[in-house]
Amino acid sequence: MHAIRKKRLITIAVILFILSAALGLVMYALQQNINLFYSPTQIASGEAPVNTTIRAGGMVVVGSVHRNSDTLDVTFDVTDFKHNVRIQYRGILPDLFREGQGIVAQGKLMNNGIFRASQVLAKHDEKYMPPEVSDALKEAQKKTTTKPSTSDF
Amino acid sequence: MIPEIGHFALILALFFSLCLAVVPLIGYWQKNPTLLYTARPLTFLMSFFVLVSFLVLAFAFMTDDFSVMYVSQNSNSHLPIWYKFSAIWGGHEGSLLLWVLILSGWSSAVALKIHTLPKDVGPVVLSVLGIVSLGFLSFMLFTSSPFVRLMPEIPTDGRDLNPLLQDIGLIIHPPMLYMGYVGFSVAFAFAIAALITGNLNSSWARWTRPWTSLSWAFLTLGITLGSWWAYYELGWGGWWFWDPVENASFMPWLAGTALVHSLAVTEKRGVFKSWTVLLAIFTFSLSLLGTFLVRSGVLTSVHAFAADPTRGIYILALLIVLIGGSLLLYGFRAGQVRGSATFGMTGREAWLLLNNILLTVLTLTVLLGTLYPLIFEVLGLGRISVGAPYFNTVFSPIALLLIVFMAVGPLSKWHKTKASVLLKACLFAALLSIVLAGAVSYVNSLGSLAWLTLSVAFWAVLLTFKDWFDKVSAGTKGIIPRARQLPRNYYGMMLAHLGMVVTLIGILLVSTSSYESTLKLSPGESVSFAGYEFHFDGISHVEGPNYIADSGEISVSKQGRFVTLLTPEKRFYSASRQVMTEAGLDAGFTRDLYVSLGEKLEGDAWSVRIYVKAFVRWIWLGGLMMMCGGLLSALDKRYSTKVRGNNA
Amino acid sequence: MRKWVLFLPLIVFIGLGIVLYKQLGANPEYMPSALIGKPVPDFTLVTLQADKVLDQSSLPKSAYLLNFWATWCPTCEEEHAYLNQLANQGVPIVGIDYKDDQKKAQQWLSIKSNPYQLVLMDELGKFGVDMGVTGAPETFIVNTKGIIVYRYQGAMDDVVWQKIKGYLQ
Repeated sequence: MHAIRKKRLITIAVILFILSAALGLVMYALQQNINLFYSPTQIASGEAPVNTTIRAGGMVVVGSVHRNSDTLDVTFDVTDFKHNVRIQYRGILPDLFREGQGIVAQGKLMNNGIFRASQVLAKHDEKYMPPEVSDALKEAQKKTTTKPSTSDF
Repeated sequence: MIPEIGHFALILALFFSLCLAVVPLIGYWQKNPTLLYTARPLTFLMSFFVLVSFLVLAFAFMTDDFSVMYVSQNSNSHLPIWYKFSAIWGGHEGSLLLWVLILSGWSSAVALKIHTLPKDVGPVVLSVLGIVSLGFLSFMLFTSSPFVRLMPEIPTDGRDLNPLLQDIGLIIHPPMLYMGYVGFSVAFAFAIAALITGNLNSSWARWTRPWTSLSWAFLTLGITLGSWWAYYELGWGGWWFWDPVENASFMPWLAGTALVHSLAVTEKRGVFKSWTVLLAIFTFSLSLLGTFLVRSGVLTSVHAFAADPTRGIYILALLIVLIGGSLLLYGFRAGQVRGSATFGMTGREAWLLLNNILLTVLTLTVLLGTLYPLIFEVLGLGRISVGAPYFNTVFSPIALLLIVFMAVGPLSKWHKTKASVLLKACLFAALLSIVLAGAVSYVNSLGSLAWLTLSVAFWAVLLTFKDWFDKVSAGTKGIIPRARQLPRNYYGMMLAHLGMVVTLIGILLVSTSSYESTLKLSPGESVSFAGYEFHFDGISHVEGPNYIADSGEISVSKQGRFVTLLTPEKRFYSASRQVMTEAGLDAGFTRDLYVSLGEKLEGDAWSVRIYVKAFVRWIWLGGLMMMCGGLLSALDKRYSTKVRGNNA
Repeated sequence: MRKWVLFLPLIVFIGLGIVLYKQLGANPEYMPSALIGKPVPDFTLVTLQADKVLDQSSLPKSAYLLNFWATWCPTCEEEHAYLNQLANQGVPIVGIDYKDDQKKAQQWLSIKSNPYQLVLMDELGKFGVDMGVTGAPETFIVNTKGIIVYRYQGAMDDVVWQKIKGYLQ
């Protein structure tokens, strides 16, 4: 009887040890890796912390996308229709990135108020689209329908 | 007219699933054998009508019947025929139908094997599966029927399948994933039946084991395929994103892995019974939760289906009835089952207990990371996302620890092992693997983290083979006859464990020894990178069946010798108006060359992403090995012969 | 004590269920308009049918819907039948034909029937910019005082309408 009780105690101790170690790890990791989301208005009003990894999102302002001709640097503005935030990014934007589309950027807000993104995520909603996109797409579609596909493999 | 037949077949299937959910259970409580006997034919009838409605939907896709809304939203007359078939599960309604089809497939398989079960248990198992089918069939009929018509304005053509899904990986990935997900419903049904009938002994574990191993193998394959697909199709070169939808399939896998192991203990030693039952419920609940998360829109993800709150409410209610009901039943009935046997602290039971604790903790950390944004927002603390670094930080050390113990478990014996024997073997293996790994990391100038990981990998391989060698060299017969005598179950385990190590090595090397670069290239330019020379030959215009594309040509050479020609594409799908990146890649055993096109810059220049990924194939190779291991275990002779002997 | 432990999984699950339920209604992409609580901005636009120049004063005095639509927008096609239904129920709707072609729009309305009390043309999308519109379809609810009280992006349907019709007063 005594031996069984001891065994049970050891088992429970091991379980508790592993659980608390895992919990500590989880707390640590959560503290490091939670990214709060801020809207452009919140950023403009100074609610967002500087030099901390956060997320910002909004609509890409039409005509605000500027590429550097030599590097892959790109800047654009996102808006929530009250305030704009300028975002700086180096690299390739996702396929779904378009002016007038909603995007979410992850990165750090710098002291000068510019948001330096390490990652840009674009959302796609086919039910809702800006007219420029629709036009461009129509154009492209016309091309394909007037020229019926050459092969049907 | 024909789509209405499909709808009608669904209604019939719903009716039979209702009968199946009710009649055999009444038969069980009234001890009425006639009512119990109905379980089998009812299962077949239900499955038949589900199959009919699936075939009708398939027919609608094949014949481009755009009067069916679902077809018009997910297909197009220009879509190649095999994608038309996979488009059946390209959207919410159809993938739900596939879910139900696979569920009825598993139910029928159980019904075919019902003679191996006691006369009162089998029908109850089928009845529980009937309850699950009832839930999903009614969900489909009331909120998301795939047979809704667009009348009278029939579209002339469909909106096309999401280009992301137009891919060979996506033809087979969802069915395999569902085979696994849904397969756990069998283990769940066995667990519930055991709680209802009170028939919870080691033969219960033996019936459940092959089904669980089989589902686990399918789920492993499904996840592997999903990872492989994400790697080459999303154009980012990543193979795992800790995306909520990926987590939704990964959590049942982790819990299922724990279940496979605890079932072994319950079968062999009769301990951990109520834990194993809880784990079976837990595993299937996670499958259901995954379905909920993907379909309700509470979590946003690249894979998520369009959000629809009504569907969300319905499936949440379903979740509460199924999971809440079974946990309630568990609370009332599990107290009656107590393990009788004891176990030693150094016996295999203890190691498997440790395995279960670690796997459960892993599952919970993934669950927490996935749901944390929800909890955070419900508490009104703001909107957050939990990034991949969280998962990597928490997951890696626990998983590494798990692999350390994974190798020790098989070495130990049931009940009790001499600690000194175990210690000696382990110490030797530990020294050898640390030295070996140190040498390898030194030669390739890898860091200390890589050294640690490689040590674990070598340790696991050494001990796995040592165990095998001990087993075949003991006794008087020669090695080969002894090796042939070892059960398939054993080789299944060995293969799965080795697969785990192969995946581990793949993950390690791809994250430490890969190169990537994003740059601007004009035709004629070339770039040297990780020992390779990438030359941008130019861009040509390509037309596919339902898309137009810019196709880049990049020839790769190494030290002046031509290696391969990569053709990454930027595709524009006209019907759905979407742009897609198709990576150009050259697969190899020790490295992948991976190029994807970014955007067209001014002039002829393009932004281009180039990766050299070391040993990335090993990740999926390990997955395939694990799957084969699971299959091998499920096919162990013991399950078919002994059980039959039991009944005779 | 023992018994109680066995119900622990159930209790945890119920807690989880509550979290999931609360989160169901919340739309992660909800985008409020900066104009909520403000009057409709000034404009002078041409009507689609009669080529008359109109301004503020022509807007209904009752509460109404302000719907941005266009013939290039596939979702507007989907939405149109429901707008007709709303119009039949007596809901006043003002249409803004957004960045569109006049002929096509007239044709569209004559084929699909016209749910709008009044259709104004915003060929260049200037009014759309003032309203913060980024695409079509988009629907604003304007109350009796001429104040914008709600904004909805995407196709109007029965589910959406049941939820937001309370704003129309």
